[in-house]
Amino acid sequence: MSPSEATTPDKIKTVHPSRRLFESLSVLFASKVALVGLLIVFFWVFVAVCAPWLNSYGPMEQDWKAPNQGPSWSHPLGTDELGRDLWARLMYGARVVLVILPVSDNFWIPGGTALWGVFASLVAGATLGLIGGYRGGWVDEVVMRLLDAMMSIPIILLYLIIVAAIGASAVNVVLAIAIVGTPGIARLVRSLALDIRTREYIRAAETRGESQWFIMFVEILPNARGPIIIDAMLRVGYAIFAMGTLGFLGLGLPPPSPDWGSMVAKGREFILSGSPWAALWPSIAIASLVVGLNLLADGLREESMRYQ
Amino acid sequence: MKSQAEKSSGLVLDVKDLAISYETRKGSVAAVRGVSLKVHQGETLGVVGESGCGKSTIAFGIVGHLGPNGRIVNGSIGVEGEELVGRSEEELRKLRGDRISMVYQDPMQALNPSLRIGDQLIEVLTFHRKLSRREARERSVAMLKRVYMPDPDSMMARYPHQLSGGQQQRVVIAMALLNNPALLLMDEPTTALDVTVEAAVLDLIEDLKKDFESGIVFITHNLGVVARVSNRLCVMYAGEMVERGPVEQIFKRPSHPYTRGLLACVPILGESKGDSLLHPIRGHVPPPAERDLGACIFHPRCDYATDKCRAARPGFVDMSEDHLARCFYARDIEDRRRTRKRARIEETITAREEADKENVLLNLERLKVYYEQEANSVASIFGLGEKKYVKAVDDVSIVVPKGRTLGVVGESGCGKSTLVKGLIGLEEVTGGEVEFLGVDVNKPVKERDMKWVQEMQMVFQNPDSTLNPAYSVGRQIARPLKRFGTVPRDQIKGEVIRLLRAVRLDDYYYDRLPRQLSGGEKQRVGIARALASQPDLVICDEPVSALDVSVQAAVINLLLEIQNTFDTTMIFIAHDLSVVRYFSDEVAVMYLGQIVEIGPAESIYSPPYHPYTEALLSAVPIPDPEADQAHIRLSGNVPSALNPPSGCRFHTRCPRRALLPDEGRICEEERPPWRQSARGHRILCHIPLKELEGLGPVVHPAA
Repeated sequence: MSPSEATTPDKIKTVHPSRRLFESLSVLFASKVALVGLLIVFFWVFVAVCAPWLNSYGPMEQDWKAPNQGPSWSHPLGTDELGRDLWARLMYGARVVLVILPVSDNFWIPGGTALWGVFASLVAGATLGLIGGYRGGWVDEVVMRLLDAMMSIPIILLYLIIVAAIGASAVNVVLAIAIVGTPGIARLVRSLALDIRTREYIRAAETRGESQWFIMFVEILPNARGPIIIDAMLRVGYAIFAMGTLGFLGLGLPPPSPDWGSMVAKGREFILSGSPWAALWPSIAIASLVVGLNLLADGLREESMRYQ
Repeated sequence: MKSQAEKSSGLVLDVKDLAISYETRKGSVAAVRGVSLKVHQGETLGVVGESGCGKSTIAFGIVGHLGPNGRIVNGSIGVEGEELVGRSEEELRKLRGDRISMVYQDPMQALNPSLRIGDQLIEVLTFHRKLSRREARERSVAMLKRVYMPDPDSMMARYPHQLSGGQQQRVVIAMALLNNPALLLMDEPTTALDVTVEAAVLDLIEDLKKDFESGIVFITHNLGVVARVSNRLCVMYAGEMVERGPVEQIFKRPSHPYTRGLLACVPILGESKGDSLLHPIRGHVPPPAERDLGACIFHPRCDYATDKCRAARPGFVDMSEDHLARCFYARDIEDRRRTRKRARIEETITAREEADKENVLLNLERLKVYYEQEANSVASIFGLGEKKYVKAVDDVSIVVPKGRTLGVVGESGCGKSTLVKGLIGLEEVTGGEVEFLGVDVNKPVKERDMKWVQEMQMVFQNPDSTLNPAYSVGRQIARPLKRFGTVPRDQIKGEVIRLLRAVRLDDYYYDRLPRQLSGGEKQRVGIARALASQPDLVICDEPVSALDVSVQAAVINLLLEIQNTFDTTMIFIAHDLSVVRYFSDEVAVMYLGQIVEIGPAESIYSPPYHPYTEALLSAVPIPDPEADQAHIRLSGNVPSALNPPSGCRFHTRCPRRALLPDEGRICEEERPPWRQSARGHRILCHIPLKELEGLGPVVHPAA
């Protein structure tokens, strides 16, 4: 009997790509926590995308006769001190965060401010982390110590310094989010790379004489994507929070843009005079979106860990 | 192997028709079913089978450690007449500590790294036996002495990390025995240990059986180990007990096709590819969710399966007294081991041997790989401290002729992996020469000419990490083809399919992701990837040691076949001496960074031996309870490579030093000379060959 006869491999049913997608979705639906998070996030994305069609008012449209009103049939969430519809402003605020990035007054690119900020920090952080984790040695030392120094500055302070230095605009907020997020992502990717580089398929790539860049970005990075995706979700939440903070401190998008943070700041003055609505709704919006993203990320992480 | 007399004594463990299931996302999955076994006082029951067969699940079921989703769905477990199934957690805990002890595979996980050995031992007695600390301490010291720990008093004050692996396992065994348990469960207690340490631990278990009345359940995948320690044997396959009986009976007349398959697919020490064949069992153990519970569980892999086997689940067939097999045809099928001998291939191999001898492919000359280690002093922070070197590979010279296989054996830490990393360029070489096809290629792989990189490829050990989980099988095999331009771009896919076929995988594996493959299949893909650039030299770093035995045989056969078709030269690293003997034409034995014996395989495995080779061979567990093996055990631990012993590196542990005048003083002082034997191999030893030859062979296989 020759080895060939003895070693026919077992047949496994070929897995269809659509089935693979279904499997990864089933991970999502298996976790109730993740599902709740997903619903909240979907709600805001839907609202942001469809903002122009969901309301008859524009975000800057003023109704002089009805300032500081509570919820009513004509204004479902009420109005602010200039009589602007809060529901409209809330929706357009979500739009800036999640759907469009206004580069200048009449030019915008798709993908919200928070998303672009996190994406930029992912690119920078992953590159630095991969270099540090795979190369090791003095390169790692230098890169990581520099990032450590950055991390030692309190985050809010760092945001303030950056935005104060380069000015308040949507693009600059993206830059600030990217700079502040980079060290954390670099640390995460580095620790993943440190683990992955000990695997034998990396040895195999080295015995083929592959370049360092190939090993870092083609061999290591795809295997770190799970934790990176989950971390990125959390970071979008932090970024929204940071944008709210900056807006509250008057360093967000310049008025009269519908910025959640600056809406809270403006509305704050009228809480004691009996109209808390202008401050309440944007606060709830920020909180719910951040909580939703956190729930989604936590649920996914837990479920994917159980899956292994 | 005593058994008859003890059978009449007390029954310690009585498991009846046990079934255990796990709740998963896909519903309830049966992990174990229909297991019945009995263990009497002073008796050892071996439980053997491949991974995923439910061996450990039985042990966890007995101690009630099934985890949040495991459940005993049927059957009963009696320990000393008391029923365990249905007991509360509290009662079980008390019983476990009192009457049942467990020894796990990894001693480092059983010992608390932050507590001293002594405190951990004493706690067992003060907690379960309510002894005073002083009394507990005395007993603990006595127990450490009993498991032959050197200097037990000072051992009590040490932390686990200060002990070697073998010593740690001794401590764990001592801890398990402190309570004088009625039942001792050992789950692969020697699997993580080196072969010489394993032999010593097995000796200890054998020795303890005489004094303690405990019944032992010994779980292992290694047939050689069970043959050495157990009285009775229970063979598990895919969660079912397929055969049970006295160990001699089962080895003499294995009755279930799976048991036969297991015995036919491991090489027995001394067999070589020239004189015998390995019969792998096709396929692999089905995962619990994919098992056909209404039929014979083994039928998809069985060569004797008929429609009857596919239609109904067989019951036990009595082979002889106390020997059961779950097979319809247990009485009818003949033993495959008798058909193992082969003769015709030997001629072709010897013919090739002569032709290739002069054709040198690889020549290592005094190769050294040192790792720098800074001393732990203040001065070293400023770079002023004395630099120390870990001499991982020291002065190794090897010649590998074209088309031959060099096996490298040695215990973990002897430098065999570092050696190949040095020659392939993954590790910086400190000194010496690497000559490949007459050209000096001694530089890191990144600086090497593509031509040479392509000619040396590697097959790795761990099937789970050898493939990149992010890419399909096809892409991973295609990568070296693209990189080295082995074939034109438009022919890459065809070439990948050809390679897949060469490693006996079907075309549809092209789109598979690594996680959809079994361990053996992953290893095949790893081999295909190494072969893609059509290398002259393939280095196999423990390619089969992480695989189950049935799959291991298939991969070994595949490598042999590839070598025959492509005429590839191979370096084969392994710690399993039987496998190396089977696979290699020439063998090098390494100890502490040096080669101590090198030569044709058959002469390494027969006298004269280097004393270290002799000790290794006498430690190999042989899957035959009647094999007669010399009893040579090494004392002490492997010394640190940071500060290797002077003279002969083996002198600190050498059992044969006494053969030399003056108790072998020369071994400590002078580097031993290479002694060239008449049979074409060299031994690095002070003892003259004639005396080494007089020591006789280590293994006498049963007639």
